[in-house]
Amino acid sequence: MFNPEMEAMPREQLRQLQFERLKKTVEGVYNNVPFYTEKLREKGIEPGDIKSLDDLKLLPFTVKQDLRDNYPFGLFAIPMDDVVRVHASSGTTGKPTVVGYTQNDIDGWAELIARCVAMAGGGKGDVVQVAYGYGLFTGGLGLHYGAERLGATVIPISGGNTKRQLMLMQDFGTSILCCTPSYALFLAEEARENGIDLVNSKLKAGIFGAEPWSENMRKELEKGLGIKALNIYGLSEIMGPGVSMECECQCGMHIMEDYFIPEIIDPETGEPLPYGSKGELVFTTISKEAFPLLRYRTRDISVLREEKCECGRTFVRMERVMGRTDDMLIIRGVNVFPSQIESVLLDIGDTEPHYLLVVDRQGSLDNLEVWVEVSEKMFSDEIRKLEELEKKLRHEIASILGISARIKLVEPKTIPRSEGKAKRVVDKREL
Amino acid sequence: MKVQQISVFLENKSGRLADLTDVLGGAGINIRALSIADTSDFGILRLIVNRPDEAVQVLKDAGFTVSKTDVIAVEVEDKPGGLANVLKILESSGINIEYLYAFLEKSSNDALVVFRVEQLDEAVKLLTGNGVNVLKGAEVYKL
Repeated sequence: MFNPEMEAMPREQLRQLQFERLKKTVEGVYNNVPFYTEKLREKGIEPGDIKSLDDLKLLPFTVKQDLRDNYPFGLFAIPMDDVVRVHASSGTTGKPTVVGYTQNDIDGWAELIARCVAMAGGGKGDVVQVAYGYGLFTGGLGLHYGAERLGATVIPISGGNTKRQLMLMQDFGTSILCCTPSYALFLAEEARENGIDLVNSKLKAGIFGAEPWSENMRKELEKGLGIKALNIYGLSEIMGPGVSMECECQCGMHIMEDYFIPEIIDPETGEPLPYGSKGELVFTTISKEAFPLLRYRTRDISVLREEKCECGRTFVRMERVMGRTDDMLIIRGVNVFPSQIESVLLDIGDTEPHYLLVVDRQGSLDNLEVWVEVSEKMFSDEIRKLEELEKKLRHEIASILGISARIKLVEPKTIPRSEGKAKRVVDKREL
Repeated sequence: MKVQQISVFLENKSGRLADLTDVLGGAGINIRALSIADTSDFGILRLIVNRPDEAVQVLKDAGFTVSKTDVIAVEVEDKPGGLANVLKILESSGINIEYLYAFLEKSSNDALVVFRVEQLDEAVKLLTGNGVNVLKGAEVYKL
């Protein structure tokens, strides 16, 4: 355990710590973030009204749209001079959602990731290959600083270039691999095809996240790579990876409760639900300086478990994310909203676009197919013009989503409609 | 001199052509000529029928994406080199042919070929000026 004082703190003491930090956070945002000043006043709440941890439920929710409305830095709680880094995630209308970090935030994040890598059995002497993307995406740099903090040797290889990944994995003696689970499967397949034996290599653990995966994939990865495969969870709005992580017991992800207070709510009514209930995951950050959020609705569906874990950590655990309350898809680690496709079709001049996103997994890689109903406006009796239309759609979609999609032009009324509203997503991936 | 052609978007899946011809048959519409241009995913069916306006309406009602395009129906001598002679006339004036296909039936001893070109009026003038017969729409529909 990297930090037993925090990670195994008795629950009563932890609740007291959370309360103190929550109070401080509410005071901070009330005084420094106009958005929250207004929101709290609307609800008639003063920072002094937070008298116990249970008063959390009095606080207003924050949603992704609030981040967009305050683009780029409107929700930052400190002067820009103190921001040492920004990250951003893809936006639905071209504008990303931006998050900021002070030096303390970066240090705290590194601490959390150090705990995560330690949960995977890492420490000084380990070689950690970070194959998450480096850049605005939080995956690469997040894992990077945490593994360094732990004292491990980091290979900052970023994503892609599979041949080189495999070469360095062997030559440098990688013991812990960090990437998306689908990319890990791909690496395992490529290794097998090239006669590389990873099962008997130094590789011992994988820290996999940034997209949904399943117990079946876990078994496949553990067998194919000869490792213990562990699930990591996070989202840039809250911090990045390391919001929660599985320990060796593999019975759910411990939420770093000294940094974040989790809740499960009914997504329809917003009412908090007891431990063990399935609902929408909500986080309040209580140790962040630059970008604190009150009751941020993640849209991820999960269950919180409070039963004590055999590893000795007292942090509650969340089950793997079971779905979304919105239509968001995660394809090759990239967030995709159907509304992004809609905006492309509207730009092309179709007033009432009918489309369907079909996601499938071939081998270990996700494929996105966009079905578009050909309206009279789009139709031409020349193949050449329809092919140009396909090409234009493909190009526009790739530039907005950041991933490529196959365009399939289909006849009108082909896409199923239910109760007058079109179904936008078919996810055929069997995770 | 122009003939109205109906174009229909069809996905490459079984039964669609049968569905479409069934709709036309049910409305008593007769197909005079047809051609299909296709890619791996979809095709465009091009039709000359006896009652184009009505055909467009019934196909739209049946949920097809339909458009009308002006084409010309040209009589071509039914002997080796017949088509080449007509093409040479068009080519010499730089008229680009988008596509063409042949009729099932003839109006005379000559073969009948549908041409889609961008400069329709110019093509008609050029062909008739060179002694090539271009049929009127009404003549084609009643074949």
